[in-house]
Amino acid sequence: MAILKLDKVTKKFGGLVAVNNVSLELEQGQLAGLIGPNGAGKTTIFNVITGVYRPDSGKVYFMGIDITKKKPHEIAALGIARTFQNIKLFHRMSVLDNVRVACHFRLKASVFSAVLDLPKYAREEREMTKESLDLLEAVGLKQLANESAGSLPYGYQRKLEIARALATRPKILLLDEPAAGMNPEETAELMRFIKRIRDEFGLTILLIEHDMKVVMGICEKITVLDHGCVIAEGSPKEIQNNPEVIKAYLGSGVYARS
Amino acid sequence: MSDAQASACAFSSGGVLMNLTLFLQHLANGVALGFVFGLVAIGYTLVYGVVKLVNFAHGDIFMMAAFFVYYGIVLFSFPWFLSFLFAIFLTALLGISIEKVAYKPLRNAPRISSLCSAIGMSFLLENFAIVVFGGRQKPFYQPAVLNKTLNVWGVRIQLVTIITIVVSIGALFFLSYLVYKTKMGLAMRALAYDFDTARLMGINVDRTITFTFAVGSSLAAISAIFWALRYPQIWPFMGVFPGWRAFTAAIIGGIGSIKGAMVGGFLIGMISILLVAFLPDLAGYRDAFIFIMLVFVLLFKPTGLFGET
Amino acid sequence: MYKQPSFWLTLIALVVFFAFISYAQNNFDAYVIRIMNVAAIYVILGVSLNLINGFTGQFSLGHAGFMAIGAYASALLYMSPELKAMNFFIKPLIWPLNRIQIPFFPALLIGGLLAAGAGFLVGAPCMRVKGDYLAIVTYGFSEIIRVLFNNLQSVTNGPLGLKGLPTYTNLWWSWGWAVFTVFFIKRLIDSSYGRALKAIRDNEEAAEAMGVNLFYHKTLAFVVGAFFAGIAGGLLGSLVMTIDPNAFNIMLTFQIVLIVLLGGLGSITGTVISGVLIAVLMEWLRIVETPMKIFGITIPGISGMRMLIFSIILMISVLFFRHGILGDREFSWQGVISFFKRRQSNRGG
Repeated sequence: MAILKLDKVTKKFGGLVAVNNVSLELEQGQLAGLIGPNGAGKTTIFNVITGVYRPDSGKVYFMGIDITKKKPHEIAALGIARTFQNIKLFHRMSVLDNVRVACHFRLKASVFSAVLDLPKYAREEREMTKESLDLLEAVGLKQLANESAGSLPYGYQRKLEIARALATRPKILLLDEPAAGMNPEETAELMRFIKRIRDEFGLTILLIEHDMKVVMGICEKITVLDHGCVIAEGSPKEIQNNPEVIKAYLGSGVYARS
Repeated sequence: MSDAQASACAFSSGGVLMNLTLFLQHLANGVALGFVFGLVAIGYTLVYGVVKLVNFAHGDIFMMAAFFVYYGIVLFSFPWFLSFLFAIFLTALLGISIEKVAYKPLRNAPRISSLCSAIGMSFLLENFAIVVFGGRQKPFYQPAVLNKTLNVWGVRIQLVTIITIVVSIGALFFLSYLVYKTKMGLAMRALAYDFDTARLMGINVDRTITFTFAVGSSLAAISAIFWALRYPQIWPFMGVFPGWRAFTAAIIGGIGSIKGAMVGGFLIGMISILLVAFLPDLAGYRDAFIFIMLVFVLLFKPTGLFGET
Repeated sequence: MYKQPSFWLTLIALVVFFAFISYAQNNFDAYVIRIMNVAAIYVILGVSLNLINGFTGQFSLGHAGFMAIGAYASALLYMSPELKAMNFFIKPLIWPLNRIQIPFFPALLIGGLLAAGAGFLVGAPCMRVKGDYLAIVTYGFSEIIRVLFNNLQSVTNGPLGLKGLPTYTNLWWSWGWAVFTVFFIKRLIDSSYGRALKAIRDNEEAAEAMGVNLFYHKTLAFVVGAFFAGIAGGLLGSLVMTIDPNAFNIMLTFQIVLIVLLGGLGSITGTVISGVLIAVLMEWLRIVETPMKIFGITIPGISGMRMLIFSIILMISVLFFRHGILGDREFSWQGVISFFKRRQSNRGG
């Protein structure tokens, strides 16, 4: 059974149909890509999955549960984590605290127990800190744990965002243009990194990316969107040779000449 | 039938007609007050539209205008109409200076900063007025010419009420000419639509904002004059409640929309007058009622009646 | 926690501080004690507003309303029935309030809890309105409270207010509560809950995507902030002995906002410093409202001058010192220790 399933999802903004009758399935452990020209509705799909937007019609299922009407924090708690296209860190907080925030929803101790630092809270706090430091180590940011997140260089901010998402212990990770603004070397490293965390944490990953080298290099399945509709779906090979996709990307004129 | 019942019966049978004239009288007052709130509300809406700032000091600009009239007459012995014009001019100047001093330096700062600045400006103007003008209420000059009462089909209407309505309509026409027919108006609308793009397209941002504050403040001055003619006691806090009611009007109408500001102004004007007239027991709660309306509109339809999503 | 030197240093500092308070209560003159009491109340107000505005990033203008609730609720509980009868000569106080009298401390607590309840009601709309609109909704709330209290004659005595309240507030109460407020809110913001609040401030969308329940945490900030504002209101009522609805107007909220801005949005240390500073400054500025002689020329006192100067300070701090005294830095024993260590090593080298 698919771990994530979008069933005929439509989302409109006023007169604009951002996502039009999209159905999509992710298998457990898959590394899938979502591509398409600007404004094709990729990020809107992420926002529908994570509960930021409620679709006008259609349903979203996660491990068989209908999550269409759930709030973003509930969906995060169920096991879907994400990163943002334009990095959204907690800029004034430390690197470590950024990650620890993502552990907060699992905290069982009450506010009073936290304020009084009772043993129950103290133990949970220690566990959160340890888990966060382990994650920072996994992404190679442990030595920067006490720096302010806003002061990190761009590439590190991307990694911190992923570490923060991992701290929610997700089953599915949604990455919104993880390679944006990276040079080829960094991109190559990122590709290895994404594959590694997928295997290490047993994740299912869906990523939006403009860099075709990334998408074709690591994705096992690719879905192509154009004007809110799915126009193609398949392996990288199939997508590369799909005339519809080439048309959407290059315009019909170019296609006609080639 | 006892005497008391009989007289009660007689009162009610004669009362239908009386209540109708009374109602029309209140209606005329409500319309005039609606225009006053509407003009103040336009000041909020214009400024919010262009710079996306709730000008907390707008009610106090309104108050300052009334004092400018007062001092025009008392200090410079201007004739009343000259004093009115003088006050409108000074108020426009005050609005422009407030923008230059308190809002412009914070244009690129976080929203919270300009909000604090607007609150601080309101606070500053009120305290300035207390120190310079005194905390006591002052009588506002009532030109004898305006102080007549007309009898229209048995309904007694003050001349001021009619002039308020006529001048407000004139001001509205002039405003729509400015906003929809002039280059400056086009610039205002462009900034309201998309500030950054408009700036890139070469619109003179500073000049347009200055102009917006000048227009908004002049409208506040006009409405302050009519307000003071109706309630001829002026004091440093006289702008607070008209300011809030007008702001509520702007929100109800949909902030950013001139039409909405007028409609909201009418609603608030009517409610204020009719509540006091027909439910005097609840009159004390009037402002609580208006605030509850404001909170509900913000919660359930923050775009108001005519606002864009 | 007991093994860290900072714990012991804090404990020693507190013992010294309360020894000083005890000495001050018995030896200082009434005027100085009054200023110190006001300072403590300002600290409570500033720190509690900073939790909402500075740490959670929800700009609230409702503090005067929370204070009014705390002040009235506690006063109506600790006043004696005879005193109430004297106050409510136009319309009698409703039953059972006209009969009961309870001690100061539980009365304060109940006042704080009722304010916290109001904080919950005000915090809930936070989910729908943001930024300037939230500021307006919270301000609207505090005005509604003021209008209600002016009109609910048989509960609040209307615009006449409550007069001749017993003076329970002393330095022990005021500074005791101030220290507790600082302790509670400092521990809260340093805890996991506090990190969630700061995350909401920094980026609401990301916080929610990381599993932070926005509704719970925003209302948490409002409830805790309002509770302490209610306590401060109760302390203030019993200090100034007279309360009326119009004392809890927007001016009062502005004063607290100034304390927070001056201290630094997001710095408890800064807020404590600025709370004390403003209390002293407001007192010291009274001289501008009393007649004085300079070089033989008598300058008449100008009433209202104090607030004018105050609002000028507010504008200057908004325009030129946007980060306040401390920005979001905090005092810590580690900081002090490393400061002295550095000085020593400088001298040595």
